[in-house]
Amino acid sequence: MPFIPHTAAETAAMLEAIGARSVDELFDEIPARLRSGPLAGVPEALTEHEIGRLMRERAAADGEFLTFVGAGAYEHHIPAAVWEIAGRGEFYTAYTPYQAEASQGTLQLLYEFQTMIAGLVGLDCANASLYDGASALAEAVLMAVRLHGRSRRVLIPETVHPLYRKVVQTIVSAQSITIDLVPMNAAGTTDAGGLARGLEGAAGLVIPQPNFLGCLEDVHAMTASARRAGALAIGLVNPVACALLAPPGEWGPGCDIAVGEGQPLGAPLSSGGPYFGFMACRREHVRQMPGRIVGRTVDVAGQEAYTLTLQAREQHIRRSRATSNICTNQGLLVTAATVHMALLGPEGLRRVAAASHANTAALRARLEAIPGVRAAFPDTPFFHEVVLRLPVPVPEVLRALEAQGILGGCALGEFYPALTDSLLVCATETKTETDIAHYAHHLERIVSKRRLDPPCAYKDDNPRSP
Amino acid sequence: MLIFERGAPGRVNAPQMPRPPAPPGDIPPALLRRAPPALPEVSELQVVRHYTRLSQRNFAIDTHFYPLGSCTMKYNPRAAHVAALLPGFANRHPLAPESTGQGLLACLFELQEMLKDVTGMRAVSLTPMAGAQGEFAGVAMIRAYHVARNDLERDEILIPKAAHGTNPATAAMCGYRVREIDVRADGDIDLAALDAAIGPKTAGLMLTNPSTLGVFDRHIEDIAQRVHAAGGLLYYDGANLNAILGQVKPGDMGFDVVHLNLHKTFATPHGGGGPGAGPVGVGERLLPFLPVPMVGESGGRYYWITEKTRPQSIGRLSAFAGNVGVLLRAYVYARLVGREGMARIAQYAALNANYLLGRLSRLGFEPAYPGRRAAHEFLLTLKGLKEDTGVTALDVAKRLLDKGYHAPTIYFPLMVPECLLIEPTETESRDEIDGFVAAMAEVLAEAKTTPELLKSAPHTLPVCRVDEVRAARELDLAWRAHPTKA
Ligand SMILES: Cc1ncc(COP(=O)(O)O)c(C=O)c1O
Repeated sequence: MPFIPHTAAETAAMLEAIGARSVDELFDEIPARLRSGPLAGVPEALTEHEIGRLMRERAAADGEFLTFVGAGAYEHHIPAAVWEIAGRGEFYTAYTPYQAEASQGTLQLLYEFQTMIAGLVGLDCANASLYDGASALAEAVLMAVRLHGRSRRVLIPETVHPLYRKVVQTIVSAQSITIDLVPMNAAGTTDAGGLARGLEGAAGLVIPQPNFLGCLEDVHAMTASARRAGALAIGLVNPVACALLAPPGEWGPGCDIAVGEGQPLGAPLSSGGPYFGFMACRREHVRQMPGRIVGRTVDVAGQEAYTLTLQAREQHIRRSRATSNICTNQGLLVTAATVHMALLGPEGLRRVAAASHANTAALRARLEAIPGVRAAFPDTPFFHEVVLRLPVPVPEVLRALEAQGILGGCALGEFYPALTDSLLVCATETKTETDIAHYAHHLERIVSKRRLDPPCAYKDDNPRSP
Repeated sequence: MLIFERGAPGRVNAPQMPRPPAPPGDIPPALLRRAPPALPEVSELQVVRHYTRLSQRNFAIDTHFYPLGSCTMKYNPRAAHVAALLPGFANRHPLAPESTGQGLLACLFELQEMLKDVTGMRAVSLTPMAGAQGEFAGVAMIRAYHVARNDLERDEILIPKAAHGTNPATAAMCGYRVREIDVRADGDIDLAALDAAIGPKTAGLMLTNPSTLGVFDRHIEDIAQRVHAAGGLLYYDGANLNAILGQVKPGDMGFDVVHLNLHKTFATPHGGGGPGAGPVGVGERLLPFLPVPMVGESGGRYYWITEKTRPQSIGRLSAFAGNVGVLLRAYVYARLVGREGMARIAQYAALNANYLLGRLSRLGFEPAYPGRRAAHEFLLTLKGLKEDTGVTALDVAKRLLDKGYHAPTIYFPLMVPECLLIEPTETESRDEIDGFVAAMAEVLAEAKTTPELLKSAPHTLPVCRVDEVRAARELDLAWRAHPTKA
């Protein structure tokens, strides 16, 4: 029997000990008319070999592509040791560390993780993870509203990831919180005038760095404006970029809260998850932070020890008055991220960031040389993504590139009508000069062919993205 | 020793990182980081040894019997892990086109179909990333349903006192007031209390059945009928689905919406606190409101269902499609277990729980709900033991660790004093359970003869009892935390 060790003799002996004639009798408190028949919708069992083969066939059918898509999920090299360690049964199959004495491994690791994240974003303390970057942003918005106390309005720039904005809307809308959008300027960054107008009386401002379009925002000025207006500053950052760019704690007068998507720290792309959200804040805000937090303390013999702490914020103690309903979070991904950060260290992470920036600069230069292709925000500094305007319809280009085994970028039309002719491209440190030349070669071919040979009508019949 | 204390300035792991790139001369200096982040500078061997040693300071399913009630700590098959990390799945970008994800989408679609069947629901969305997010999706749908009908006076969610903390916390996140319902001495809901609370303000009732008291509420049809008659909807917290898989379906009990914890019932790993997956299933009335994305199929092609065709959806809960890698693991598990295996899970979970309850009762442990069948778990109360010996549930839990058993869940549900919630799961053998019984017998004897041994336990773990009060009072949340400018 799959994953059930009982022999017939053991089952019989156990039933006898219980005083039941059959296993079925154990369900006699369930009204008989409710009992279900066989599960017609579940197929017969497969062997491990059979399912292994099916999964290999399906995985192979999905293929492997040369990926220049970023848009919130980034391909980075993951050192071999990362998942060797994270996959160890002692980490992989443990529960949330409620019994501190039997969970010192996970707890110390989480304390180290919190230290690494706090250091990376330049704030005092971090939690042990939230679900993903988007839901972490929603939690930060709720936290800012709690901390502010008087306003229920939060500003989010149009340059924040459009899917994050949707998630925030889903999660905060039932609590009568208003999200006001700050418009984008012609440089692909947040409009200072719009920001100034919106900030009055707001509880918080989200500040993305880099923003969704890869552009670098004037984070010092934005943080300072938020502080002047009495709004909490929420930095939304890429953790790899933090090794190269000024961290939220050092923006202007300093952010209050920093959140982001942890995926670039050791999580495979995996069609969108599991990843993890991280959150850090100033010490004075920690009692409003959601999620698990690990503290260092001592045991009764005075030895160093670790435990979950400040649990009075959480649902199992505070119930309907908790800071959040979150319980299970993304522990295993945090384990991987901790090993990942330890292996790379400050120099390694900075190199990953700088190499991704350099590769994206090289990609942009190569692609801009193609007639008709130009950068949408040519004078705005960027991190590791840029927006390119194309002379031919974007979906068509992407399809043609896909046929060459290239995922060419993220089409922006769906998110920004003014950028319907634009593509968001990314080249992380994983891309070589040859990869970039390969992409440029095919894009040039597709663009010039299409210019010579235009179809009579254009129709987007290739829906993308989840 | 912390990883930071093992480092030395300038130590790098060159093979794991890119070659030194050109300096980013085009980024304005004011936007650059001034000092490097305080990350450890350690060799690969130091990292591997440090974290391997840390791992050895954990209890896990792979190393110990782990009867943590309400958490379903069953074996996590390795075939599922291997399959989820196949390059075609692991390296696929979330925004890659559907044409490059037919294999993945087939798995997700089939998982949706299987979950529809085991829950008795009309449709399932896989996107919530844990049980609590599934609950959020469910209650948000209940809200959307009432709003769509312009039924705007309903601002209360009813929740039995025994419920998991995520239930009331979720209701509050969805903007509802929580009204708690009493539970009777036999573990079933107090119908009179329900009648008194229910009314035109009731948006819905959140229920776990079998409850977190480890018993099946025998009046479930009655409860459903009353909630529906008052215009409310019924929410099923499926964290305990392991108890009834293939035996009874939430849909047949009258529930309108359910969430499942795949990291419990479908054997995906807990990972020291996640990741999970908390799919939601709904009946007819809530169909339009399901969170997106979901997977559709037409003519053998699979595609994402998004807000474009689902204008009434409560929306998105994650940037992409939720914890896809967890869903793949659950899919592999479901296929390995198969139709008959699925029903056997609940049977053997119940067999193990009732066998263990019987043996512990005979030793003198006091069931919180005597005379009731155990579901997949059961509750003991140590109230009597505490009165006689001063030994608490916490002391017993800590002493069990010394004996090589992970402790059961303690002090949950909060309403039962000094309780232990014990869930052996179906993947444990009789020998393992007998070993646990023997350990419990020893602990009981020690409680009577040498209670100090329990009060000061554990004695054999890497640390003695941890000072949690000090942890909360003298907060130390990061090693040499980066100083901020105030
Ligand atoms: C009964 C019950 N409901 C809800 C949850 C919440 O699930 P999760 O931790 O996945 O958010 C749990 C488990 O923690 C549970 O046991």
